[in-house]
Amino acid sequence: MDFTFPKEYELLRRMIREFAQNEVAPIAEEVDVEEKVPMDVIRKAGKLGLMGVPFPQEYGGAGAGEIGYCILMEELNKVCASTATVIGAHTGIGAMAIYLDGTPEQKEKYLTPLARGEKIAAFALTEPNAGSDAAAIQTRAVRDGDNFILNGTKIWITNGDIADIITVFAVTDPALGARGGVTAFIVENTFPGFRVGTKETKMGIRGSSTAEIIFEDCVVPKENVLGQFGAGFLTALKTLDVGRISLGAGCLGGAQAALEAAIDFAKNRYQFGQPIAQKQAIQWMIADMATEIEALRSLVYRTAWMMDSGHMDREFSTYAAMCKVFGSEVLDRCVDKCVQIHGGMGYMKKYPVERMYRDARITRIFEGTNEIQRLVIATNLFRKVGVRIR
Amino acid sequence: MKIVVTIKQVPDTTEVKLDPRTGTLIREGVPSIINPEDKNALEEALKLKDTLGAHVVVITMGPPQADDALREALAMGADEAILLSDRAFAGADTWATATTLGMAIKKIGGYDLILAGRQAIDGDTAQVGPQLAEYLGIPQITYVTELTLTNGSVRAKRKLEDGYEIIEAPLPALLTITKEANKPRYPTAPGIITAYRARQVTLWTSKDLDAEPGTLGLEGSPTQVRRSFSPPAKEPGETITAPPEEAARQILSRLKARNIIQG
Ligand SMILES: Cc1cc2nc3c(=O)[nH]c(=O)nc-3n(C[C@H](O)[C@H](O)[C@H](O)COP(=O)(O)OP(=O)(O)OC[C@H]3O[C@@H](n4cnc5c(N)ncnc54)[C@H](O)[C@@H]3O)c2cc1C
Ligand SMILES: Cc1cc2nc3c(=O)[nH]c(=O)nc-3n(C[C@H](O)[C@H](O)[C@H](O)COP(=O)(O)OP(=O)(O)OC[C@H]3O[C@@H](n4cnc5c(N)ncnc54)[C@H](O)[C@@H]3O)c2cc1C
Repeated sequence: MDFTFPKEYELLRRMIREFAQNEVAPIAEEVDVEEKVPMDVIRKAGKLGLMGVPFPQEYGGAGAGEIGYCILMEELNKVCASTATVIGAHTGIGAMAIYLDGTPEQKEKYLTPLARGEKIAAFALTEPNAGSDAAAIQTRAVRDGDNFILNGTKIWITNGDIADIITVFAVTDPALGARGGVTAFIVENTFPGFRVGTKETKMGIRGSSTAEIIFEDCVVPKENVLGQFGAGFLTALKTLDVGRISLGAGCLGGAQAALEAAIDFAKNRYQFGQPIAQKQAIQWMIADMATEIEALRSLVYRTAWMMDSGHMDREFSTYAAMCKVFGSEVLDRCVDKCVQIHGGMGYMKKYPVERMYRDARITRIFEGTNEIQRLVIATNLFRKVGVRIR
Repeated sequence: MKIVVTIKQVPDTTEVKLDPRTGTLIREGVPSIINPEDKNALEEALKLKDTLGAHVVVITMGPPQADDALREALAMGADEAILLSDRAFAGADTWATATTLGMAIKKIGGYDLILAGRQAIDGDTAQVGPQLAEYLGIPQITYVTELTLTNGSVRAKRKLEDGYEIIEAPLPALLTITKEANKPRYPTAPGIITAYRARQVTLWTSKDLDAEPGTLGLEGSPTQVRRSFSPPAKEPGETITAPPEEAARQILSRLKARNIIQG
């Protein structure tokens, strides 16, 4: 057993931390207020190889695997959850689907510019009538000669309005539904019939855009079918499995930042003649935060290690779901305690803690709600003993 | 063109804490980094590589873990890395350090430019660069903030306390670079992975340097440490608490009394 990070990961973390401190932290407040992550930051990240951290170098990536990617999400989320979400949706689900199920030609054509940060990716599954019940999607894809014609609307797509390349899930056989009747497509935003609809304004992660995208007789060449025809639902599930580890890593970073802010404040805030750090009520909150954070750290990097060493089985899917549930709930408890320790100061827009609290809330909802993750975990556990959950 | 950059691995002094009881540095658990101004030197070399094309060799003398400093330099864009590591090098003063680096650089050969940092944040002497130039018998320009190469010579702007000097020297030459020169680039993510998984650091020991006896390490060091001591604590400064205008008047009259300003 060895719980130390190899040296390349230590240096990668130091580089990312410096990048986050110098290039991202100074604009975090503006990103939240302006509801926009400047493209300049994304370009800088791209130059450093931070838009394709998990992917192999032959496809323009950093070759740092899921562990390296979790380090990125952890460090970025310490300073700006919006920027992390933009890069996360791009890398962890949008481009990841192409990496997991793309042909060598598709990876060459699409993954390479994405990993280099020259193009931005998104992942489009959710529809007005298909949230948790993703199998209920209605966007249709109909074969027309060498093309497919897509019709339908996707909502709440992270990067939907800025993405050049979008992984889209559509029904190719309504009779079969999710079991063989859904296909994944790689759609370029320049394809005729593709359009961006309304953009949402949100409680948190306000700098990451969440947009509606509309397909009106959108023409997609048949070479852009991603993965096996009819097996798109599996591509979606597999991609989301992987995305859940890095989501947990992002929560880890956010929780760590909350802990550090809380310690710093408790040390410096004097009431009743001494720092509030002297109060047991505060100490216990700090101790609980730190303990949960370390448990989360072990879970996240253990699961990332499973992926990097090729264990992508059902066990892996269980762990990935745990990363998502535990991560988002640890984060939730940590930002809550952090605001409490800050008292009124934690409620003021002037301080980043208020933003951290708002930014945290989404993590229990997107990429599969925590209720759905618990369902996944329980289904996998009961399956082992022969009980099928339906 | 071949550029040699000398880099030193140092403790990250921004992370060093003082032991409140003994007043000494707590070095334990302090991460090691490339000496900051050596990164400025490397950045100048890499800029020349980007614009004119160059083969950049980074070299360090240090313990085996100085390997990490070299890998970081590779991840930033250096082409070749050499680690001078041997028990025989231990205890070197600045002259023995410069001599050892000099022997190695002679062995590398064919260099046009040597770039060093101005000063190391731990040893702080700013001597190794100049001594290395003396050892090699080549011109040196210290405290450089800007440099340009024009056929066969280097023109550099050097920062002095009260202004700048522009100096030109024939190549090969050694320049020491200050932090004002540039903002060093970050190592790239793929560069970091490759630096550790696919690239080589060449290890040279004393045997590889054909050193004359008595030139290395403690033996080759003319400096002898007789005694070391902490300087006496400075007297605390005086605080003038008067309202701003009155305080300014008081400060001015004192400065005048000491002939620091006229009036
Ligand atoms: C900011 C943001 C960004 C997003 N980005 C993307 C994106 O990039 N791509 C994309 O495809 N989607 C994206 N989404 C959509 C997101 O994945 C969905 O919101 C999420 O899956 C939940 O779906 P829903 O909101 O429709 O909730 P619903 O499915 O309507 O759920 C409502 C409630 O019912 C619960 N519930 C539902 N079914 C069950 C069940 N079987 N058992 C127990 N409880 C259940 C849920 O847990 C939840 O509490 C994003 C959403 C947001 C808010
Ligand atoms: C065990 C030990 C014993 C020592 N004993 C003595 C002693 O007896 N007397 C004494 O004077 N000093 C001694 N030193 C200090 C040591 O000599 C200096 O740390 C070293 O010579 C560099 O000097 P500096 O740190 O002041 O660097 P500076 O001269 O400030 O550095 C300027 C530049 O020179 C280059 N450079 C410096 N060191 C190296 C290196 N190792 N490899 C590559 N490039 C380098 C870098 O480009 C750097 O930016 C000892 C150190 C050790 C570890």
